[in-house]
Amino acid sequence: MAGRAQIPTKSSALIAMIADEDTVTGFLLAGVGNVDLRRKTNYLIVDSKTTVKAIEDAFKEFTTKEDIAIVLISQYVANMIRFLVDSYNKPIPAILEIPSKDHPYDPAHDSVLSRVKNLFSAESVASGRR
Amino acid sequence: MAQNQRLTVVPTVTMLGVMKSRLVGATRGHALLKKKSDALTVQFRQILKNIVTTKESMGEVMKDSSFALIEAKYVAGENIKHIVLENVQNASIKVRSRQENIAGVKIPKFEYFTDGETKNDLTGLARGGQQVQQCRAAYVKAIELLVELASLQTSFLTLDEAIKTTNRRVNALENVVKPRLENTITYIKGELDELEREDFFRLKKIQGYKKREIERQLASSKQFVEEQFAEKVSLQKGISIKSAQNLLSAGEKDEDIIF
Repeated sequence: MAGRAQIPTKSSALIAMIADEDTVTGFLLAGVGNVDLRRKTNYLIVDSKTTVKAIEDAFKEFTTKEDIAIVLISQYVANMIRFLVDSYNKPIPAILEIPSKDHPYDPAHDSVLSRVKNLFSAESVASGRR
Repeated sequence: MAQNQRLTVVPTVTMLGVMKSRLVGATRGHALLKKKSDALTVQFRQILKNIVTTKESMGEVMKDSSFALIEAKYVAGENIKHIVLENVQNASIKVRSRQENIAGVKIPKFEYFTDGETKNDLTGLARGGQQVQQCRAAYVKAIELLVELASLQTSFLTLDEAIKTTNRRVNALENVVKPRLENTITYIKGELDELEREDFFRLKKIQGYKKREIERQLASSKQFVEEQFAEKVSLQKGISIKSAQNLLSAGEKDEDIIF
C-alpha cells in the first residue's frame, strides 16, 4: 500500500500549460490562465529563445505544485524533455500531450498513447484469436 | 527444495488445525483477488478503447480551435494576443477532481467548471468580437475534451498499476503461499503418522516384554515345584539327596570297590 500514491480530492484545481504562443493564447482566451500573488503564471510560452532548462524547470514546477490537476504540453516541447515526461509516472497531475499548430501530431511519440496502442493491439489480437 | 518450501513449525495437531485454517483463508483470498483482477481488467479495456477514440478526436478539435484563433487574429489584428496575455488574472475555468471506486481502486475523475466571469468578455470589442468569441468557444470545447482525456489517462495509469499489484498478489498466493502451506500440512501429517507408528511400536515392545516376563516366572515356579517334589521323595527314602550324592561320589573314588 505504501507504493500507491494518494489521490487528493480538491474542489478546484488549475490546468497548466507549456506550449507555443498561439496555443497558450487560445487557452488563455478560454480562461484557464492564472496569476498568483507572486506574479507566477500557470503557463509557459515556448518560443525559439526558450531554453530547455527553462522548460524542464517549468515542467518540474507544474508537476509538483498541489493546485494543478492537468498539465498540457505541446508535443514538440514534450519531445525536448522526453526523458522527464517518460520518467514521470504519477497519476496527478495528468500530463497531456497536445498537438501544436506548426508541428504535426505524431501518436508514436506520446508516452501514454504508445503504451495504450501497445496494449490495445495486443488485446485485439488476443481477442481476435479467440 | 521441499524443505525450503515449508514453514518451520512444531508438528502438532494444533498447528495442523492452524495451517488448515490458513490454507482455507489463502484459497478464499486468492479467489477474491482473482475476481477483483477480472473486474479491473474489464474496466481497463473500456478505458483503453475510450482513450484511443478520444486521442484521435483530440487532433481534430485542436485543429478547429487553431483555425478559430487564426480567424480571430485575422479579424481583430495581431495584437489580440497581447491583450489576452495582459488580461490574465484568475482562472475562470478550473478543474474539480473526485474519486470513483472501481473494485476497491480509487480512480480520480476530472470535470471542469467555470468559476466567475471571464475578463476577456470585452476583448475584440472594437474589431472582430464575434470571431474572438467563437475562438473562445472553440478553445473551451478543446478544454472539455482535454479534461475528459486527462481523467481517462489518469484512470488508465492508476488501473494499470492496480492490475499489476493485484496480479502480483494473485500469483504470490497461488505459487508461493498456497504450496508452502500445503507442504507444511503434509509435513505435519507425516510427522504425526510417524509419531503414531512409534507409539504403536513401543506399545508392542512393552507387551512382548511383559509376556516374556510372565513366561519366565511361570517357568521358574514350575522348577521350584519340581525341586520340592524331588526333595520330598528323597526324604521318604530316608536319605537326603545330598548324602546320596555323596555316597555315589565317594564310592567312585574308593579303590577297593571293583565295580
